[in-house]
Amino acid sequence: MALLQIVEPGETTAPHQHRLAVGIDLGTTNSLVATVRSGMSVVLNDVQGHSLLPSVVRYLADGRVEIGRTAEKHRSLDPKNTIVSVKRLMGRGRGDIAHGETLPHDFVDGEGMVRIRTIAGIKSPVEVSAEILKVLRQRAEAALGGELIGAVITVPAYFDDAQRQATKDAARLAGLNVLRLLNEPTAAAIAYGLDNASEGVFAVFDLGGGTFDISILRLSKGIFEVLATGGDSALGGDDFDHRVFCWIIEQAGLRPLSPHDARLLQAHAREAKEYLSSHGEAPITIKLGSGEYVDLLLTTDSFTEITRTLVQKTLTATKKALRDAGLTVGDIRGVVMVGGSTRMPQIQQAVAELFGQEPLNNLDPDKVVALGAAMQANLLAGNRAAGDDWLLLDVIPLSLGLETMGGLVEKVIPRNSTLPIARAQEFTTFKDGQTALAIHIVQGERELVADCRSLGRFELRGIPPLVAGAARIRVTFQVDADGLLSVTAREQSTGCEAHIEVKPSYGLSDDEIAVMLKESFTHAGDDAFRRALREAQVEAQRLLEATRSALEDSSTLLSPAERETIDRAIVKLEAVMLGDDRRAIDAAMQALGAATEDFAARRMNQSVQRALAGKTIDQISP
Amino acid sequence: MMSDLDFAADHFALFGLPRSQQLDSAALDLRFRQLQTEVHPDRHVQAGDAGQRLSMQWASRVNEAYQTLKNPLRRALYLLQLTGHDPQVENNTAMPADFLFRQMELRESVAEARRDGDEGVLEAARLQLVQEIAAVHRRLIELMDGEHEYVAASGLVRQLMFQEKLLGEIDDALEVVAS
Repeated sequence: MALLQIVEPGETTAPHQHRLAVGIDLGTTNSLVATVRSGMSVVLNDVQGHSLLPSVVRYLADGRVEIGRTAEKHRSLDPKNTIVSVKRLMGRGRGDIAHGETLPHDFVDGEGMVRIRTIAGIKSPVEVSAEILKVLRQRAEAALGGELIGAVITVPAYFDDAQRQATKDAARLAGLNVLRLLNEPTAAAIAYGLDNASEGVFAVFDLGGGTFDISILRLSKGIFEVLATGGDSALGGDDFDHRVFCWIIEQAGLRPLSPHDARLLQAHAREAKEYLSSHGEAPITIKLGSGEYVDLLLTTDSFTEITRTLVQKTLTATKKALRDAGLTVGDIRGVVMVGGSTRMPQIQQAVAELFGQEPLNNLDPDKVVALGAAMQANLLAGNRAAGDDWLLLDVIPLSLGLETMGGLVEKVIPRNSTLPIARAQEFTTFKDGQTALAIHIVQGERELVADCRSLGRFELRGIPPLVAGAARIRVTFQVDADGLLSVTAREQSTGCEAHIEVKPSYGLSDDEIAVMLKESFTHAGDDAFRRALREAQVEAQRLLEATRSALEDSSTLLSPAERETIDRAIVKLEAVMLGDDRRAIDAAMQALGAATEDFAARRMNQSVQRALAGKTIDQISP
Repeated sequence: MMSDLDFAADHFALFGLPRSQQLDSAALDLRFRQLQTEVHPDRHVQAGDAGQRLSMQWASRVNEAYQTLKNPLRRALYLLQLTGHDPQVENNTAMPADFLFRQMELRESVAEARRDGDEGVLEAARLQLVQEIAAVHRRLIELMDGEHEYVAASGLVRQLMFQEKLLGEIDDALEVVAS
């Protein structure tokens, strides 16, 4: 029996128009892809039925690349060219990498980000991550039988601007249209909250392979509002492995280790940690390269002891997030556990003690992030169905500021501000006749520039020469819903405006990405040109649909002349969109956008007024 | 009246709330969610580049207004600015002697607790300061809404800035002590 669907104005939910979109959890240890099918969020498996793709990439001499299980299998044979936990390197300089000395790779300093020398050449962490994302894209396209309109990629909530930008670059390199970068704990909260129709304040405790996040959210009538977030973008299961690794070396009196033995020890350390999640003690037996044996027994008590400071770090960050939210543990309705590392009993116990309640473990901690991301992707792709009426309000995890005199930081946007956000700050010149101003953008909580992360520098030129202190330079920070920053500076004392826009790119320029994309398409036998054209056509179709439904909705806001201008732009776009001239399509889309600008602004005012009117009715009704 | 509302409306008008230091925070929260439901970029995903930009500006505007109204200190500063009173935060550093003495005392005990790593003392100091700040918030409402004593209110606002800075220092100390 065919069911009729009632569609509200502005919604496009005809089944044949379902737009393919996925959520991707790009993890330190494993990665996953999920999608919403018939209203249900599901993880997509590979042909062998595996849902987890190990985040491992191996480069071979002949230019081939192994990804996932195959790469993992060859890891101890070819440690130098097999890259694991690449997420820890994203947007990071060489000095930022924890335990870098124990990694088997040849690191090369790169602009903005460390690079890895492999047998197939020097690779940036962005390229390595793109290999993982490509496999997931192909998996999704094969399973869903079509091209993806876009993806929501999850990132640790505590990722800074450089790490977010690197992740977005990796997705673009993998041929994915990024609908949104979504914070992992927020993704988990969506999956949990929508599943359980929860209301109240929840904490999401997310300990993954390499990152730790804590987020405090208020769930109320379909709005997920992040109140505060905190964490450590370099703390995860890997660090617990490392503690066991060091313990083995110390107990067995080993040193120095060959690279092969080090790999072996690391693997056994991880196994022992995982074994302790369901047993009281873990026997460790290793045959070293020399033929010697290591034979040890790791008890739960010793494991708890050697990892105590790591657990303490998570609790400290949790308390700080609670303080930032202006809440105490008593306000928390439930604690949702996310990430494979929350399986460790001492973590479960520590969290239960801190909050005075048993944590919630009813969703698979490995999958919940991807499932939530898929739900957000479905919404952002325009597949909003009746009842899908929820909204996400996330925050920026780290404060953004500018360097001022004496190497001090002037905060412009404080951490935990709800996104999107724009803030302006005024500065002036300190010398007579000064015509340029250097602007240095930093991220972090400390007072000294040297202790914060440098995001970018730019120079504002063309300031009219005035006496010191007379020029007024307004620097505006805009952070979008992805948590990404752009900065504008304007001199406004004389009405003569200098204007500059900066998007810090951390080593990969748009041109570099374009070249890499072209190369990767040639390798994959894909046609970059056709793909770009199809994307433009889909975009044009979306814009037309949105414009038509807006016109139907509120045509009274337009004069006949304005209406005619818009109609002409529509006709023009319709005429070119089926052709193969992508530039013409882009131009026609821009023209339609310009023609509807005032109309859109009026519509927005109208809907804001509607929100006000709505509340008056709520208040009157009992 | 409704038709006056646009992007340039003041924060109170945007949230349909009376212009006062006293605030119905439940109404503020409710209105914030209603407004974001209308303007947030995620609600306009099909709108094209220009529409997305417009929606980002609106959502930023609503967030800024919400943050300003939600925080009593920022609300007071904003209200003073709206009513044309300069709180002189940059150039007037005069404070009552007993207030300064109390601040110095608290500062010293925080510094000492930080040195000694005494989390308990810090937590207690924090709690006490939070209560003192709440008392100042109540007094500000009386001064601004009831007595219209804006000069006295400005003095209190300057004290509040002191106290909030100290609160930040206690939080920093707590973090240092805990790690």
